[in-house]
Amino acid sequence: MSLQDTIAVRPVAEAVQRAQAGMGYWSRVRQRLLADRVTITVMALLACIIVMVLAAPLIATYDPGAGSVLTRLKSPGHPGHWLGTDEVGRDLWSRIVYGGRLSLLCSVAPVGLALLVGASLGLIAGYRGGIVNSIIMRSMDVLYAFPSILLAIAICGMLGSGLGNTILALTVTFIPPIVRISETVTAQVRSFEFVEAARASGARPLSIIRFHVLNNVLGPILVYATSLISISIILAAGLSFLGLGVTPPDAEWGLMLNNLRQAIWVNPLVAALPGVMIFITSMCFNLMSDGLRSAMDVRI
Amino acid sequence: MWFFIVRRVLYAVPILLGVSFVVFLLMKMVPGDAADILIPPEAPKEVAAMIRAHFGLDQPIHIQYLRWLRAMASGDFGTSIFTNQPVADELFGALANTLKIALPAGVLGFSLGILLGALAAYYSGTWLDKLFSAFAITGVSLPHYWVGMVLVAIFAVMLNLLPGQGMGPEGFPSTWEHAKHLILPVVTLSLIPMGVVSRLIRANVLEIRSMEFVSALTAKGLKGHRVLFHIMKNAAPSALALVGLQFGYLLGGSILVETVFNWPGSGSLMNLAIFRRDIPVLSATILVLASIFVAINILVDVLQALIDPRIRR
Repeated sequence: MSLQDTIAVRPVAEAVQRAQAGMGYWSRVRQRLLADRVTITVMALLACIIVMVLAAPLIATYDPGAGSVLTRLKSPGHPGHWLGTDEVGRDLWSRIVYGGRLSLLCSVAPVGLALLVGASLGLIAGYRGGIVNSIIMRSMDVLYAFPSILLAIAICGMLGSGLGNTILALTVTFIPPIVRISETVTAQVRSFEFVEAARASGARPLSIIRFHVLNNVLGPILVYATSLISISIILAAGLSFLGLGVTPPDAEWGLMLNNLRQAIWVNPLVAALPGVMIFITSMCFNLMSDGLRSAMDVRI
Repeated sequence: MWFFIVRRVLYAVPILLGVSFVVFLLMKMVPGDAADILIPPEAPKEVAAMIRAHFGLDQPIHIQYLRWLRAMASGDFGTSIFTNQPVADELFGALANTLKIALPAGVLGFSLGILLGALAAYYSGTWLDKLFSAFAITGVSLPHYWVGMVLVAIFAVMLNLLPGQGMGPEGFPSTWEHAKHLILPVVTLSLIPMGVVSRLIRANVLEIRSMEFVSALTAKGLKGHRVLFHIMKNAAPSALALVGLQFGYLLGGSILVETVFNWPGSGSLMNLAIFRRDIPVLSATILVLASIFVAINILVDVLQALIDPRIRR
């Protein structure tokens, strides 16, 4: 789980040259993505998962909260419950489908929020430099001094469990790496001649950032953010697994694993199922990030 | 070189101050304060005030912070609200237990990661590369707590080969009985570092291999494995940085694995403290783990500078 990787970006000028030679950057990216079978498959799979959780009320066969003592811990294939049932007889398929809603919310929302805050801070730090840069980056160093999972657990552990605190904790955890990446990329882009030319021609800092810097910075940050989501899924479910995240009786993949922990001695297959969903989703985001990275030609 | 080390160590001072401030801030954001957990709601006001004064909770917030900081810096972590034992005793015992799985997991994960990453890069484009890369991406995508559960299901429940809970007899791990308890948690914990390190090594080696100095070495007639040595030497600094960070994560992140295996380490201590609302234990654990992480980072920076003189500037 590396939030702190080494950061470097291939010279943007090179990309500019290549773009001038032929077609535009984005059409090349699209072409490369379409040729990449793994990434296309993975994106389709992710789309299926997202549709599945959004359509939960339509495809769930039972109420995810309704259990029955008569049908506890049934194996997959039990009549009426094709994925089996959990420790209080709730239908596992319905809980997995509904649980995906919270699991995805808890992992995508923090990355999105951290992206908003972190990218802005990084842009400011990288573009302004000097004392502003020092203040922002040194305070990020403090947050960096906590191993990411420790910081998330510390925040959730102190503030208490619940959906809001989980999202807050993970957002704070993901801000420092995003700030660091966007600061590095911005500082690099700032030194290019086209930025200097814009400044010399009298463009205001805000419009320079908007038209010249942001375009070049957004790509690497977005690629990095997709790889963060895969970590976020594992961490968010992990917090719930510890009892620090989403609270029962809500369905969430990590929480389901936690509830089914004791059932592992009775019906290991059923107990392992929610983890498979965490694994598949996290893997998809990782592979998608790899695919985007090579298609967009960024190095993070 | 000495100048570099001194500067790096000095820079840790403001960082540690910042860390302590963040931990203190979190402590103060706990709904209610430490005394609320101790004082029954029906206690007379005077008793409540007395307990508050005893813990210094009646002081202004900056005085509280300075007092707390002084105590922490002098190694006095206070007493647990729940067990009334000195926090330091519990904490260092638990940390030693965490090291018992984190160290072997680190060694296993890093060596496997470096080996797989280097092999994948060496055979890049072949099926071996694809296999090892798939291995690595699986390592970073697996929720390790779930892997722990699955391993328990297979090796403890179905095959009944290895124990799935606890760490066995007391004392330094030296017998087969100790080792048996170590295997599953160590394997579980080593997955993430294995994946992360091997991905980085592969990417780095591939990149360095395309540099001009490698062609020059080959053109000079150097043998393949000698060239590989030069490549690995260039890949070492960033790999080392990652290894240091990952080891920090092993310490901090072992909480999930410890929960699965009921391993009595720092993670379990933190988990207990959270559910007992034992703020002194919780804050001391977080502070000590973060300080260790800072220390590891200094060590890594110094080692990096030793390998690569360019960093010293």
